[in-house]
Amino acid sequence: MIWLGIETANTPLSVAIVRDGKVVAELVQNIKLTHSAGAMPAIEEVLARAGLKAGDLDVIAVSEGPGSYTGVRIGVTLAKTLAWTLQIPLVGVSSLKALAANATLYNGLICPIFDARRDNVYTAVYQGVTLEALVEDHHAHIADLLERLRALDAPILFVGTDVGLFWDNIVEELGDNAFRAPFSLDLPRATEVIRVGTKVELPSVEATHHFVPQYKRIAEAEANWLKEQKEKEHE
Amino acid sequence: MGEFIMNNGLILAIESSCDETAAAIIRNGHEIVSNVVASQIESHKRFGGVVPEIASRHHVEQITMVIEEALAQANLKPVDLDAVAVTEGPGLVGALLIGINAAKAFAFANNLPIVGVHHIAGHIYANALVQPMEFPLLALVVSGGHTELVYMKEHGSFEVIGETRDDAAGEAYDKVARVLNLPYPGGPHIDRLAHEEGEAVPFPRVWLEEDSYDFSFSGLKSAVINYKHNMDQRGEAISPAAVAKGFQESVIEVLTAKTLRAAREYQVKQVIAAGGVAANKGLRISLETVFEEEGIPFFVPPLKLCTDNAAMIGAAAMPMFEAGIRGNLMMNGRPGMELKSWV
Repeated sequence: MIWLGIETANTPLSVAIVRDGKVVAELVQNIKLTHSAGAMPAIEEVLARAGLKAGDLDVIAVSEGPGSYTGVRIGVTLAKTLAWTLQIPLVGVSSLKALAANATLYNGLICPIFDARRDNVYTAVYQGVTLEALVEDHHAHIADLLERLRALDAPILFVGTDVGLFWDNIVEELGDNAFRAPFSLDLPRATEVIRVGTKVELPSVEATHHFVPQYKRIAEAEANWLKEQKEKEHE
Repeated sequence: MGEFIMNNGLILAIESSCDETAAAIIRNGHEIVSNVVASQIESHKRFGGVVPEIASRHHVEQITMVIEEALAQANLKPVDLDAVAVTEGPGLVGALLIGINAAKAFAFANNLPIVGVHHIAGHIYANALVQPMEFPLLALVVSGGHTELVYMKEHGSFEVIGETRDDAAGEAYDKVARVLNLPYPGGPHIDRLAHEEGEAVPFPRVWLEEDSYDFSFSGLKSAVINYKHNMDQRGEAISPAAVAKGFQESVIEVLTAKTLRAAREYQVKQVIAAGGVAANKGLRISLETVFEEEGIPFFVPPLKLCTDNAAMIGAAAMPMFEAGIRGNLMMNGRPGMELKSWV
């Protein structure tokens, strides 16, 4: 079984090949190269290094979000098109769960964070080892998240390159319960996208057409429109 | 990816620069084998215009289904194809990226060369799907995002001799339609109203400098807004048909006169209209009339080839492919891409 993993949901880029439960090749980078230009060549390279052709792939796992809208869409578009044209299954994996999976061995609560700008984050709380979601993936203001986490009254490990943006705030709110993952665990990795993907039942090939990103947030124009409709109902 | 040769003359083309997700298969640059367009107009209507983020979301939902449908209607498999063409720009960047990344993934998986096409070159080459293009040629490109006069002395040679300095013609149509409370997209409604019986409200014509082929429509748009405002202040009702008629007459007179003057100066053998506004009945009749008198063949593609589609991208890609032009897997969306000659 040969897996291709794709992760472009935020600034970091990662692609990997896993064959029969063994990592063959993985590329991880955190540089400001647009995924639109960089992701497809990265897939080509990781396949070439593994000595494989696109036709050798059996299944694709992609980070389905949340994250940068455009970043998520690039990974999903590449994954969808490859999976459809190769007629192989496509598995979607939460970008937050894949990031939390970097710290799987931490026997406590794991809080992955992606910056969503204007003091907002995409986040969740996963139980270490089992990776069970205790707080589902969502979009939140950092202050609301920290209030919620303080109520858990337990040690929490924060993961992600964006944790640094909020670290002072986190320590202020959670004190001794706040732990920060080592920097080597901060980048989302396509091998973890694949590993999390191996735990779910493979969807049918026909399902690929209906695969969509998990934005965890409706578009701003749509939110405003819905608000207007509600106001009209009240009038 | 440059060593490929044409076997069947078949190009799969993909277009996603604005609010249509489209795929088509073109044989030998002029024969439409299939042409699929998934329009998002219904979704954008509630916002009164195209919302880029919503457009991108719809593209990613539709893209593989649209490509599959293009192949199915053509009764072809990827292995039958010779190349993949995709709109590289200009357009909404987030929207362009979906078509481009789908095209790259498809091309890579099926070992096909890829050609990045300029959206306006596509609109012009929509005409190649109707009858052979003859050079030198003048193209009037009018759409929601573009108003340009393009001179072509041969295939792949583009000289933009005039363009709008502010609003595109289609943009002015949409804005005036909003003033008149017409539904989005407003162009067809104004065109219909303009053909009703009755007087036209006189609006100014913007000619710019005497020798200029450039256009300007924002002054005209403001004149319409001011007219409505003044009438509102006086408590008088406006006649939407009279306003539509006056507005459309102004747009058409300027577009027609500048196109005619350019056709004479450049001594072209063919004049073509392209883009969504080229579907406008008033504009079509006006151009047909003057060029018939002038004795220069004038063509405008059928409606479904005037609005955004992928068939036109495939038509433009063929001469590019033959000229040896190839993209690669680094291809990125180019929202402000300039129309450049490839010869």
